[in-house]
Amino acid sequence: MSATTSDTVSRRSAGATGDLVFAWLCKGAGLLVLLLLGGIIITLFLGGLPAFREFGLGFLFSTEWNPVEGRERYGAAVAVSGTIFSSLLAIAFAVPLAFGIAFYLTELAPQWLRRPVGIAIELLAAVPSIIFGMWGLFVLVPFVQQKIQFTIGMELATIPLIGVIFDSNNYAGTSIFAAALVIAIMIIPFIAATMRDVFEQVPAVYKESAYGLGATRWEVVRNVVLPYTRVSVVGGIMLGLGRALGETMAVTFVIGNANRMAGSIFDATTTIASVVAMEFPESLAGSLKQSSLFALGFILFVISFIVLAVSRWLLHSRMKG
Amino acid sequence: MTHGINRRGLLMGSAALPVAFAATGASAQQATITGAGASFPRPVYERWAQAAREGAGIQLNYQSIGSGGGINQITNRTVDFGASDAPLPTAQLAERKLMQFPTVTGAIVLIVNLPGVATDALKLTPELVVDLFMGRIARWNDARIAELNRDLRLPPVPVSPVYRADASGTTFGFTTYLSRVSDTWKNGPGAATSVQWPAGNGARGNEGVANAVRNTPGSIGYTENAYATVNRLTTTQLRNKSGKFVKPETKTFSAAAAQANWAVPGFAADLIDLNGDDTWPIVSPTFILLPINPAADKVEGSRNTMKFFDWAFKNGGQIAERLEYFPLPASVQNQIRAAWAREVKTPDGAAIWTA
Repeated sequence: MSATTSDTVSRRSAGATGDLVFAWLCKGAGLLVLLLLGGIIITLFLGGLPAFREFGLGFLFSTEWNPVEGRERYGAAVAVSGTIFSSLLAIAFAVPLAFGIAFYLTELAPQWLRRPVGIAIELLAAVPSIIFGMWGLFVLVPFVQQKIQFTIGMELATIPLIGVIFDSNNYAGTSIFAAALVIAIMIIPFIAATMRDVFEQVPAVYKESAYGLGATRWEVVRNVVLPYTRVSVVGGIMLGLGRALGETMAVTFVIGNANRMAGSIFDATTTIASVVAMEFPESLAGSLKQSSLFALGFILFVISFIVLAVSRWLLHSRMKG
Repeated sequence: MTHGINRRGLLMGSAALPVAFAATGASAQQATITGAGASFPRPVYERWAQAAREGAGIQLNYQSIGSGGGINQITNRTVDFGASDAPLPTAQLAERKLMQFPTVTGAIVLIVNLPGVATDALKLTPELVVDLFMGRIARWNDARIAELNRDLRLPPVPVSPVYRADASGTTFGFTTYLSRVSDTWKNGPGAATSVQWPAGNGARGNEGVANAVRNTPGSIGYTENAYATVNRLTTTQLRNKSGKFVKPETKTFSAAAAQANWAVPGFAADLIDLNGDDTWPIVSPTFILLPINPAADKVEGSRNTMKFFDWAFKNGGQIAERLEYFPLPASVQNQIRAAWAREVKTPDGAAIWTA
């Protein structure tokens, strides 16, 4: 009897030490992430500081990117706008498709097909981005050039007022449009998976009531599912946007890497991530160019952070409710 | 049965032993050096490395991370040597405690995609090249191009320039040429490893440029010559400083290489836009950067680097020529060896290169 008690006590105390060690390890792991994140932000900021000092706020608005020795001027405007426009265009392509996929998977697809299609979508997310880049360059870019820009694009360019969006004297096919298509394919899985998950959370009783009142499938989605999940859907889209902003390799292959503002969706331009990937290896340590690249990285970090924070906030507020 | 196994075991053992000894023997002799930098001379350095493993007993591990990266790494002394396409100015060399010497000379050529136009058929003048890359010529059937090429049927396709998007020595060579032949270019985009291109598309690496040109009718790009030859790209003629149209071929490259004046600080010979009837105008040497004050533990690497290039100068000429790079004249090689002996010192102040 007494033996048993002492046994339990010692086991309990050993367990308590174990708990303590485990708790500290976990706390350490958690804090490490924060430290890493903080470290990255600080490194980027300090690295970019000379550029911010040199160009001030003008860095954000200058379209110049001149690495020639003796007249170095750097500005982020081209890369920032290229990043934002290609991502927004990608979202415009991806959202309708992702919505279709999610709607099909939750409402229309027969039970036995839901899993295979769902898994296929998730596998799409696992394809390395360099593969999309190569495929984009060898397949998509010639396709965009021959079948879209030279045919539909040129027709659209003759429309007054909005024609200029499609009118370009860049004939290589590598363009903001091709980049947006590649990004769209890459982010569809993320948006579709989030949409499917939130659509599934809609209580069956709501939908059944609507069906009971004689609503069609579309009316149910339009008036029950979407209003119920609206915020989470937007959160999922923002998640995709966050990924689109930072996409590097695939975009670098197909966007044309021109440090010029794009006036048309068929113009070549560049993104923050491509500029950094292209120019960093050749930049001299401590040079103004390297500092400007760090500054670009910092700006990208801030943009991505804002987008992700908004998506978190939207998703979270819904999950609680 | 047991007998058989034993004998086989013995046989295998006896066969394996000398191999093992040979392997350890080789690795004891084999010194490894590391270098990083320019991608322009990578093909020739890689071939030299393969041959030198047997020939000089030195294993070279070369990372073509770009000239800028090479300069960074050798300044931080993380590699045995750096490689750069653009020569460093004397002041920079002194500041970074480096010496510089050339290894080979290479050429940059123009490539085009014009349906129906054969390789080396199209004639271009420097002014036209500048205007094409400035985006000032809209279509290939432009009167100025047609006038030069009366025997060709030029399609009315739009001009689409392609350039290297990653900063590169090839771009440095090409933009140096454009700045040399045109004040507009010099005061506009200028010359550097990457510039603000007024028109066209950027592609990554020589491969990217070649691919973009292949995919786009009407495109024009520039690439390192070996790359164009290997991939059978459509190259063009170019009018040189003496007013003659020359084709990109061994004869015209060596005409430029032969005129080089290497008697300048840092061996920084300038081969861009030289005179001469047979001279290809865009030719440039590529350089190695070596610390003049290697730390005690780097002395061996420094010596082996010099041994490697000494071997390559003596035995690597044919390999370089096969890739259409040009080896240095023997006199320059000797000047480089003299510079090694004169400039590169151990921490005690002794010369590392004594051969």
